[in-house]
Amino acid sequence: MVERTPFLNFFTHVILFVGFVFCIAPFVVVIIAASHNLKDVNDVPMSLLPGNDFWLNIKTAWTTADLGPKLLNSFIMAAGVAAGKVIISALTAFSIVYFRYPGRTFIFWLIFVTLMLPLEVRIVPTYAVVANVLSPYQTILDITGLTWLIEKVSGVQVSLSLGLLNSYTGLILPLIATATGTFLYRQFFLTVPDELTEAARMDGAGPLRFFIDILLPLSRNNMAALGTIMFLWAWNQYLWPLLITTDQSHATAVTELKQLIPNVGGIPEWNIAMAGTLIVMLPPLIVVVAMQRWFVRGLIATEK
Amino acid sequence: MASITIRDVTKSYAKMQVVHGVDLDIATGEFVVILGPSGCGKSTLLRMIAGLEDISGGTIAIDGTVVNKLEPRERGCAMVFQNYALYPHMSVAQNIGYSLKVSGVPAAERTQRIQAVARTLELEHLLDRKPMALSGGQRQRVAMGRAMIREPKVFLFDEPLSNLDAKLRVQMRSEIRKLHRRLAATSVFVTHDQVEAMTLADKLVVMNGGRVEQVGTPAEVYSRPASRFVATFVGAPAMNMLEGTVTLDGLSLLGDSRKLNVSRTGLPVGSKVAVGIRPEAVRLVAPGTPAALEATVDLVEELGAGRVVYVDLDGAPFSVVTSETVHPVPGSAVGLQFAETDLHFFSSETGARLDVFKASVPEPVF
Repeated sequence: MVERTPFLNFFTHVILFVGFVFCIAPFVVVIIAASHNLKDVNDVPMSLLPGNDFWLNIKTAWTTADLGPKLLNSFIMAAGVAAGKVIISALTAFSIVYFRYPGRTFIFWLIFVTLMLPLEVRIVPTYAVVANVLSPYQTILDITGLTWLIEKVSGVQVSLSLGLLNSYTGLILPLIATATGTFLYRQFFLTVPDELTEAARMDGAGPLRFFIDILLPLSRNNMAALGTIMFLWAWNQYLWPLLITTDQSHATAVTELKQLIPNVGGIPEWNIAMAGTLIVMLPPLIVVVAMQRWFVRGLIATEK
Repeated sequence: MASITIRDVTKSYAKMQVVHGVDLDIATGEFVVILGPSGCGKSTLLRMIAGLEDISGGTIAIDGTVVNKLEPRERGCAMVFQNYALYPHMSVAQNIGYSLKVSGVPAAERTQRIQAVARTLELEHLLDRKPMALSGGQRQRVAMGRAMIREPKVFLFDEPLSNLDAKLRVQMRSEIRKLHRRLAATSVFVTHDQVEAMTLADKLVVMNGGRVEQVGTPAEVYSRPASRFVATFVGAPAMNMLEGTVTLDGLSLLGDSRKLNVSRTGLPVGSKVAVGIRPEAVRLVAPGTPAALEATVDLVEELGAGRVVYVDLDGAPFSVVTSETVHPVPGSAVGLQFAETDLHFFSSETGARLDVFKASVPEPVF
């Protein structure tokens, strides 16, 4: 229903504007704080007029936290997670929607259940597995007594070990499995007319051919939407990178922000911390702005 | 080119059986139209020929090879879908050429064949467009092109014209007919539109409730409907049906309120029958004309070339198509006159056609 009443129009705009101010205000404060010098930023209340030290603060933050390589790490991780999620969820949804096989429903619910098991819940076992990917197999060998048997027979002690700590693989892999993405694709695949599938079958296209030639091009918008969301999500990950990167070389920008936050009793350099925040915030912002057109279409897709 | 042999084919979904033992022979190069109301199983039958539905029982053979277990691509059929099912992200050329691309035809040959098909269907200037930028008729032609380019043994059409407007439908109908004459490929065409069916078919198959009611040429089906269902389904306006009983000297209709003197029907006296008469076979005469049924005019529909007159025959609806320049006024009385050879008799119980007047010489007007 579309109504045209000047008063309601005005009123809704006021609400929109208030909401906008609420959203943008903290961001503005961060920018202003990042432009002050050490003395001004610690004034109470802090002056809301921008200072002159913006670029200086940015430069200091950049060098102090060594943000160059850390941003690169973050980017590799976020891009890897996003790409992995897009591919994995497209494949799983394809399997669930287009194939009838025994246990299909069971697998569907298995994926569904992972929604209730976010990384934070399963972080200890996940860490154990990543620390040694082969440890489950080792356990199986130990429990069944095979380790003992092999040692007795050949004199070799079996000890399987493949660690992924401090590696990009370790950063990316455990974050890839995703129920959300699978559902997004599933919903989209269900809207693809059956006749299209049948036409492809009549044209002689096998399942993989159909997936690559027809489904993937049609789900471009979904991919963009999912990719963007997952990029942001992965970029903002804190707990997992913190846990798995014991070595500075693989630390991400978000975890390194901590370096800039003043310690209790240290120099309260909040202006530097805010400048660092701005830098770390920038890449996701660019991604969102660049992908916005596809992103919105992907989520409200009613394209005919 | 291929013949299709369908033997005792059934289809069930879980507990519901939708196709009950269909037998059908389709000769090479024949244009067969399957006609029936929605839900009669005609599309299901077509999709079983195409390989898009599993066959629950019986066999379908194309060119003598049983294809029950074959994938659609191995059957050599091409299908035109009701909603065209064009790939929205591909251009017209890509849509038409997709099957060739899948089967690995080199790009040069592909382009050549796409051009040839596009020329036939007058699509040359549209080859770079996306389906979204096409009109309904153009999309329809692209869908046809996609089927044609594979030079299939069998063309399958699943109500391909039902999404077009009336004028375009007539035009595409004749184009399909012309195309069939040129390619002479075996074609199976499913529709619920009887005009489409009559005009296109070499052989008409009327289906109802998952069974084949009648197979024959359109003229045969029209003039000698095998069952009450076929009689009322084929022809527009529908054939008039009057319930009656066979009496010694003819028929009593509509619960004895009307008598009709006809020659000996050969049916046992007292048997219940449904008597059908086509609206086109009835003449309007002045009320009181001997041997004519009297009725009251209800409604007149002007068709330009003629008019449909709906009359009330003791409460039973009855329609008459007339091209004469009579203009009956609603409420006035008219006489209905027809030849007894134009009467169709059906069993009231089974609905099957009853053969009557076998020995009698056709006597025109009574």
